[in-house]
Amino acid sequence: MTVIDETAAAPGAAQTTPLLEVRDLHVEFHTRDGVAKAVNGVNYSVNAGETLAVLGESGSGKSVTAQAIMGILDMPPGRIPKGEILFQGQDMLAMSGEQRRRIRGRKIAMIFQDALSSLNPVLSVGYQLGEMFRVHQGLSRKAAKAKAIELMDRVRIPAAAERVNDYPHQFSGGMRQRIMIAMALALEPELIIADEPTTALDVTVQAQVMDLLAELQREYNMGLILITHDLGVVADVADKIAVMYAGRIVETAPVHEIYSAPAHPYTKGLLQSIPRLDRKGQELYAIKGLPPNLLHVPSGCAFNPRCPMAQDICRTEVPVLHPAGPGRGSACHFWKETLGE
Amino acid sequence: MGRYVIRRLLQMVPVFIGTTFLIFVMVYALGDPVAAMFGDRAPDPATAAQIRHDLYLDHPLPVQYLHYMGQIFTGNFGKAATGQPVTELMGQAFPVTLRLTLVAFAIEAVVGIGLGLLAGLRRGRFADSSVLAFTLLVVAIPTFVTGYLLQYFVGLKWGLANPAVGDGAPLGDLILPGIVLAGVSLAYVARLTRTSVAENSRADYLRTAVAKGLPRRRVVTVHLLRNSLIPVVTFLGTDIGGLMAGAVVTERIFNIHGVGYQLYQGILRQNPPTVVGFVTILVLIFLAANLLVDLLYAVLDPRIRYA
Repeated sequence: MTVIDETAAAPGAAQTTPLLEVRDLHVEFHTRDGVAKAVNGVNYSVNAGETLAVLGESGSGKSVTAQAIMGILDMPPGRIPKGEILFQGQDMLAMSGEQRRRIRGRKIAMIFQDALSSLNPVLSVGYQLGEMFRVHQGLSRKAAKAKAIELMDRVRIPAAAERVNDYPHQFSGGMRQRIMIAMALALEPELIIADEPTTALDVTVQAQVMDLLAELQREYNMGLILITHDLGVVADVADKIAVMYAGRIVETAPVHEIYSAPAHPYTKGLLQSIPRLDRKGQELYAIKGLPPNLLHVPSGCAFNPRCPMAQDICRTEVPVLHPAGPGRGSACHFWKETLGE
Repeated sequence: MGRYVIRRLLQMVPVFIGTTFLIFVMVYALGDPVAAMFGDRAPDPATAAQIRHDLYLDHPLPVQYLHYMGQIFTGNFGKAATGQPVTELMGQAFPVTLRLTLVAFAIEAVVGIGLGLLAGLRRGRFADSSVLAFTLLVVAIPTFVTGYLLQYFVGLKWGLANPAVGDGAPLGDLILPGIVLAGVSLAYVARLTRTSVAENSRADYLRTAVAKGLPRRRVVTVHLLRNSLIPVVTFLGTDIGGLMAGAVVTERIFNIHGVGYQLYQGILRQNPPTVVGFVTILVLIFLAANLLVDLLYAVLDPRIRYA
């Protein structure tokens, strides 16, 4: 698979080695019914201070890729047969379990989708936040609690000092997600992976949480991988986008170009299925068909059974990621036609 | 919280009255205690009537019950068949049984939780299957069978432990009876812990704990075990009462003169004060253990608040 140059997309990124680089990553799950190929050769990179949005529907492999980076895949049944995950130039897949543990939380942190189930229900938020400092920095219980209050203030939780001993269920959804963010920020990591951080929230709260995340990212100059299926969330905060389908990246582009001129029929379909005020009254577009079963991915381009442009070649040949302009790539045999339409 | 405790204490009153009355009726149905005193000989009718009158047995059952309860609250539990006050027997028997129960409880908790954790963490593997097979075996065999078998092999044949435990025996001697007494409960604890651990190890918050970069030991003890033990602690608490009552069989096997021994003697000699008195105390212990568990539940799981 061709690896295209993506550094052009990052404003102000002067480094030669990206903060994180995923190279030809494959992840499969061994199930009773066979081998499910969840990730099939993903390449992407993130620089410090940069936001990469990974877009895709459920089963596209976007979360599995993130879990592989984080090192929290269940293995078995999961397996990484091929690929490299370079963090600051070092392949994390070649590291020992203990080395990886020291990176988790300290250098790379993760924010999960559902804060209620992702926080431990029987421990106070202060304990769970303070745990980061106690384990990674050896702070005392008391000092860790003071740090926890500081963090809660940082993510603008009102009356942090009084609420530090409260339990997750005593907070509202938005506040809980702020606690998740605070936990990820605790040790000022260099990379944050946010897996659908706002999906479980009300629309108004979504915007607040997203703004907070973007602001803190700028302040600490962190790399951010934002995993989402919501194109609306992406537009304001991302620098570049990678669209995933059936375990492959089908399109990458700087954020604004993808909205104005998608180079892959799948991205185009996604954009057309967003409800828009100027199309009020018209039927909403929907991509026909269903996402592929990962046990039996269609031959050729995985998207071909659902693609309005599919030709014979699409059913036989897997498209490579064609360079489609500066910082852009499209894994479509007919990317030119798609762009030009 | 205070109001909850008061409400629970009030709820105990009807439970207490109901259970003790049932016991009273059952013991009454055992047969004629006066006839039992004379053994095989036929008692002189006049003497029998006198004894009956002295023991308040010439009144209808509900009146007898009220009279008995009234006496209990003044601390008078009546006299055993030997003529000793029942309270004196209790003073001897309960400390013995309590010691045995504590030994059994410790074995049940430590071994049961240990096996359950091992099996839960290694679901579907050899350790898991072994624990499941072992616990199934323990549950399937009655206590008196395991009791006599262990007594014979460990106690007599191999001489690893005392086959009988005398009064004032050291705690070490109680280990074998403790294992027998704990057996079935231990199996339940192991299975309960296994299920709970297996369920919680798939929880989102556990994935978070790993993602935080916590060492595995901390992930398991602080995050996994803390959550998984909530149902187990509930079972362990209610089981204290069960262990004390279950000691009847174990004490008989190892000739321990505890609550079980006295109860057995009471039933054998058809002596109502002994049987009802001991069971009443057991009921109280059971109720207290239950209340304690419910209160502990709120401490372990902050999502539960009593009002």
